[in-house]
Formats: sequence, structure tokens, C-alpha cells
Amino acid sequence: MSDIDVKVRIPVREQDPKKRAENFDEVCLGYNEEEALNEASRCLNCKKPFCVEGCPVGINIPGFIEKIKEHDFAGASEVIASDSALPAVCGRVCPQESQCEGKCVRGKMGDPVSIGKLERFVADWARENNVKPSFTPEKKNKKVAVIGSGPAGLTCAGDLAKKGYDVTVFEALHKAGGVLVYGIPEFRLPKDAVVQPEIDNVKELGVEIRTDYIIGKSFTIDELLDDQGFDAVFIGSGAGLPMFMGIPGEQALGVYSANEFLTRNNLMKAYRSDYDTPINCGKKTVVVGGGNVAMDAARTALRLGSEVHVVYRRSEKELPARAEEVHHAKEEGIIFDLLTNPKEILSDDEGNVTGIRVIRMELGEPDESGRRRPVEVQGSEFEIECDTVIMALGTSPNPLISSTTKGLEVNRKKCIVADDETGATSREGVFAGGDAVTGAATVILAMGAGKNAAKSIDEYLMSK
Amino acid sequence: MFEIVEAQMLTDNIKRLVVKAENVAHACKPGQFLMVRTDENGERIALTICDYDRKQGTVTLVLQAIGVSTKKMLDLGKGDCFADVVGPLGRESEFVNEDINELKKKRYLFVAGGVGTAPVYPQVKWLKEHGVDFDVIVGTKSHDTLILEKEMEEVAGEHLFITTDDGSYKRHGMVTTVIEDLVKNEGRKYDVCVAIGPMIMMKFVVKLTKELGLPTIVSMNPIMVDGTGMCGACRIMVGGEVKFACVDGPEFDGFLVDFDQAMKRMALYKTEEGRKLLEYTEGKTHKGNCC
Repeated sequence: MSDIDVKVRIPVREQDPKKRAENFDEVCLGYNEEEALNEASRCLNCKKPFCVEGCPVGINIPGFIEKIKEHDFAGASEVIASDSALPAVCGRVCPQESQCEGKCVRGKMGDPVSIGKLERFVADWARENNVKPSFTPEKKNKKVAVIGSGPAGLTCAGDLAKKGYDVTVFEALHKAGGVLVYGIPEFRLPKDAVVQPEIDNVKELGVEIRTDYIIGKSFTIDELLDDQGFDAVFIGSGAGLPMFMGIPGEQALGVYSANEFLTRNNLMKAYRSDYDTPINCGKKTVVVGGGNVAMDAARTALRLGSEVHVVYRRSEKELPARAEEVHHAKEEGIIFDLLTNPKEILSDDEGNVTGIRVIRMELGEPDESGRRRPVEVQGSEFEIECDTVIMALGTSPNPLISSTTKGLEVNRKKCIVADDETGATSREGVFAGGDAVTGAATVILAMGAGKNAAKSIDEYLMSK
Repeated sequence: MFEIVEAQMLTDNIKRLVVKAENVAHACKPGQFLMVRTDENGERIALTICDYDRKQGTVTLVLQAIGVSTKKMLDLGKGDCFADVVGPLGRESEFVNEDINELKKKRYLFVAGGVGTAPVYPQVKWLKEHGVDFDVIVGTKSHDTLILEKEMEEVAGEHLFITTDDGSYKRHGMVTTVIEDLVKNEGRKYDVCVAIGPMIMMKFVVKLTKELGLPTIVSMNPIMVDGTGMCGACRIMVGGEVKFACVDGPEFDGFLVDFDQAMKRMALYKTEEGRKLLEYTEGKTHKGNCC
């Protein structure tokens, strides 16, 4: 092992920014064995591991890193698998800086351990070496329906299968994976190479996934419970309809929601000429918003050949996107117009977008979110010329299930009401978690909710 | 995979397909639609449901070739399969959930244009089965483009009025002329009008029914990607508010729909669609960079 400065993390290799701005291949190349061993050696194996507290699914982080140190990568994979069904996904898309790595003791005097990159290394190694976790649970002869095959549903399904339940996942789209497939782009999360094998691992636990099944329409939750013999239901149907600003011009041709833009590109593979779904991306694109979805949309538009501006009403410090995504976006040449807010989308006689009129903002007093409230600078309006506008402003819940399930309580924002700890809803035997409950959040929080719900579904069915 | 059990050309570019899709047939109601994907690389296309048979687990689709994906669908025959059929999607027609005694007091006027005859058919059939009164106007370019005449006649009988733009069959003129005839000249009274067809037809029907004070429901079929309430591509302005055709519709109060804007949005992928269609029908012959 080479000499390393224990205060500094081992850098991870990435595709060159200029090159990657023109392709959809994965940006981050991950650690090789030597790099992983060196980085693992920085872990202090704390008696009281704060990192685990920071992980929504409670992975035994020092445990798997110890296994890496011992060169026992299969063992490391087994440690992770007992808590997470999607390690190759989480190692790539979790906001580690605010979770496990944010709590790492090493971070007090230097860089925290690269827990995410180590998790990714272990998961990739296991996949490449065909090492799969084995579980042979005792059959419980009870059926659970899971609605949605995104991170919450897959985690809940995997955990229940490991406990011996017969699990069927119902997916509305033609492909399983939810946001991992339609939302997060290929260059951040490869579909065939990374997502599909993790879904296959869940299937190998005995989980059946039925695509093209739209619960709330083809069948209601009541039909699943009363006619189809399911003993419990978990709703992990995800976030819903995109929000718009309500400014003039949003119906113009060339204005997309980030959901549409990303779904066309990721799920329908519009960027590939061998797929039929079209995508119109112009020469100059303005993305409105500052979250991870905004970064994904911006970086996708860039790869489709557009100059891209991100317009965000607060300052860089408040950008809700992961620091790594912002950093990557900047490296690739995306221009950030911060403290700027749209007022109107401009279009020509045929309705095509020609630009966006924006106004400068400044930060005032903190608002209820604790962030300083952006206020308009009078008389500072100006126009940005563009032919494509992508609105990445978040989503509001999908009404398909809540509107067809009697007695299922929803809150003011139309999110399904579910207990934080157990996922229990107002209906007996019906549990929920993920974005359908919280509104748009992260993959790992959805997984945490799926995991908690699996535990309480087990307790519920055992006590019945 | 979803097997096509019957296939029949209705005109030179409109085809009727009966597809085995139990999940859809189990629950679908008049007014709803479904999403179809021909193959692994295909687009998700929204299609209205023309008929369904719960016992057989089949749905009937009527589709017109417009872009490359619908052209591919037209090339499918009996025994072929769709990769995906999912639904039913959207909300059912309002009358399905109305009190039947109240409904029986009403008289409906259906106005179907072109391929829009297909989604009108299950509504007419449903009302017939439930003993509700109606008249049906079917408008089309000429006799060759008329579809579902026999089916419609079976349920509507003497209440069916067919008109052709060129006068080659039955009445001569636009559907709006027939509406005026029935209402103004024959003094027929209606409580609700349901108009389904090309956007431009619905726009002009609504213009007339507004004058006549006849509440009108229209069915919108904008561009969709997922069709399940996720992408927001199908947004339209209804009464100054953004509505999503896939979950809030597809049927809306025609008096409130902004048709001009909706028509502009339909043009969005025309160039790219046209290019792909050309590629599909004639191969990659076009090398220029002009379109």
C-alpha cells in the first residue's frame, strides 16, 4: 500500500469534462481495487459510528469497510446486502455529504471517508464477479402487493421477500425501476449495466414484478385486498405531476417540464437514433430550478448539443442539488445565472420560445425554510435569448391512487398520510412511503421508508 | 405481450384492432384511453378505447397513421403483438357516474369527426344500454373516409346523421351545419353535447353550441409521454388553469378549453415526426441537413 495523507480522500477517476459533455457514458469511473483499499484504510472504525446514524437504511458502514481492508469484497457485499437492496445505485446517487459522510469523524480534520465511492466499489465488484447475497427464508404463505417499482417499492419488496413473504410489485410503466429508470440520466446511473442487475437481484429473492399494471385504474387497492388475496399493500407510487410557475408563456412550444424532458430521454431513450420517441432540444436552453433534477435536465440538454443556462432565484449556497452534481455541471460548461428569477417566457407568432424575461434577485430575511428569502431588485429585468425552457420546480402528488381508494387519508398537499416510523396509513393493511408520502425527495429516503414499512408490514401480518 | 386477435382496415389509413388486454378490459369505461407501445424501441402512444369485451378480456382500438409509431401499428395484423398495452387511463365520461334517473331525463347530442367516431361509439352504446336519449352526428371528409357506420347504426338507428364534407354520401357539409339544422330548423332540444374529433372541429362546434347555450364536453388528445400523470406534456389551459389531459381529462368543458393554444402545441414534433416517418417508409435516403 502506498503512503497516503490520511486527511485527504483518494480522488475518484472521472471522464474528462470536455469529452463527457458530448456523450451519455457514466461520468464517474469509480475506484479500482488499490484506490478502494487505500481509501478504506482511512476509516477509523469508530466505536460509536456516527456515519451509520446518518444512513437512512442504517448500513453497517464500518463493518463493510473493515471487510474491504481485509480484501474480503464478497464479505463486504454481504454486510451491505443485509440492509440495502440497491448498493450500486446508492453508491452513485445518495447525497452522502449530508448523510453518512457528513457525520464521519475524519471530516472534522480533513476529508470524510468516501463512503459512497467505497459502497459503489463493493457493489460493482460483486456484480462483476457474480457474487449475490443468498437468503433462504421460511415461507410465510402470505401475499403482499407493492405498488411502484422505484426505490421505495424495490426496497420494501426485497425486505419482505427476505422475510418469507410472497411479494408482487405492480409497475404502471413498461419498465421497472421508477425514477431510477425514467428520471436519473444514464451518465449518472447506467441503466443496463447498473440498475437492471440490481432489479434482477430483487427478482431473484422471489419477487414478481408486473409491468403495465396501473393500480387505481386497472385494479383498485380494494380489489387487491378483497378479490386478489393480498394480505397487505405498500404504496410507493412516487412523485406526480410537474409544477409550473404560472407565468405567462409557459404553454409555448419548447417549454418542457423536467419530468417530460428526462422521461423522453431516459425511459424512452430519445437520445438514441434507434428509438422512435422524439426530443426537441434547441441550441440554447434555460433550465429553471436548482435541485438535482434541474442539474440532470441541464446536463442532458448539454449532451444533446445545447448551450445551457441554469436560472435559480437564490444564491449558490442555497442550491438544493448535491455539491457533486453542481461541480460536475460547472466543469462541463453549464452557465449558472444565480439570483435570477423568470417573469415571462417569450415566443414568436407560431408559439415557439424565443427567450425568457428574468429579474435579478437579492437575499433578504430568512423565510420559514431558514434560507434567506429572495426578493426582486426593482428595475433589473432583462432577457435571455433561448429556444428551449425546462421547468424543474418539483412535483405534486399523482391522484390516481388517492382518488380511487376509499378512506385513504391525504394531507393539504394531497400527499398520502403515513406514519413516519411505520408507514401505516389511515387504511388497515395499507402502508405507504417514498415520494408519494413526502413529496419529491431522494432515492435513499424512499428506500428508508420502504425498509421501515417492510418491518411494520411484517409485524402487522405476524400479529394478525 | 398483448396479442392482436382481430385486424381490419377501415379506410386506407385507419385500422381497427381487437387486442387481448385483460387489465384494461376488466375496468375500462366510456371516455377513457390507454397507452400502447409497438415494440421495445417504440413510442408510448395514447389511443382512445372504441369498445371492450370484459368476458373475452379484449379492447377494440381504432387508429389512424400519422407518425412513424402509428404507421408501425398499422402494419400489424392478426396474431401480432404489442409490447405494451396499459390502462384504462383518464377519467370516464361524467354521465357514467350520474344518477340514472336524472340521466334519463336528459337528451344528448354526440358530434363525431373522422377518427373521433371511435371514442364516441362506446359512449353512445352505453347510453343506449341505459335507456338514455340521444342523436349522433358523424362527419367525415367523404364516403371513403367514413368509419364504423354499421356499428353506429346498430346502436343509434334513426338517430344517426352522417354528413360528408364533399357531399359524396348522405348529408353534405360540416357537422356544424347539421347541428344548426337539427336545433334551429327541426327544433330539437338537447341538454348536453359531446364533441370528439379534430381539434379544429371541436373548436367550431363549441363556438356554435356556445351561441346555442348548449353545454358541450370535448375530449382532448394532446401529446403524451407516459400517460399516467408524470410528464406534464399533455397540459392544456382550461378556464385559465393548467390541466393535465391524462389525469384531469381527457374530457373537459368545451366552453373553457383554449383550443388555439392546444392546436399550436400539437405541432411540436411535426418536423421530427415527419422525418422519422419518411425514414421508416423510404429508408434513410435523405442525406441533407435541411429539415
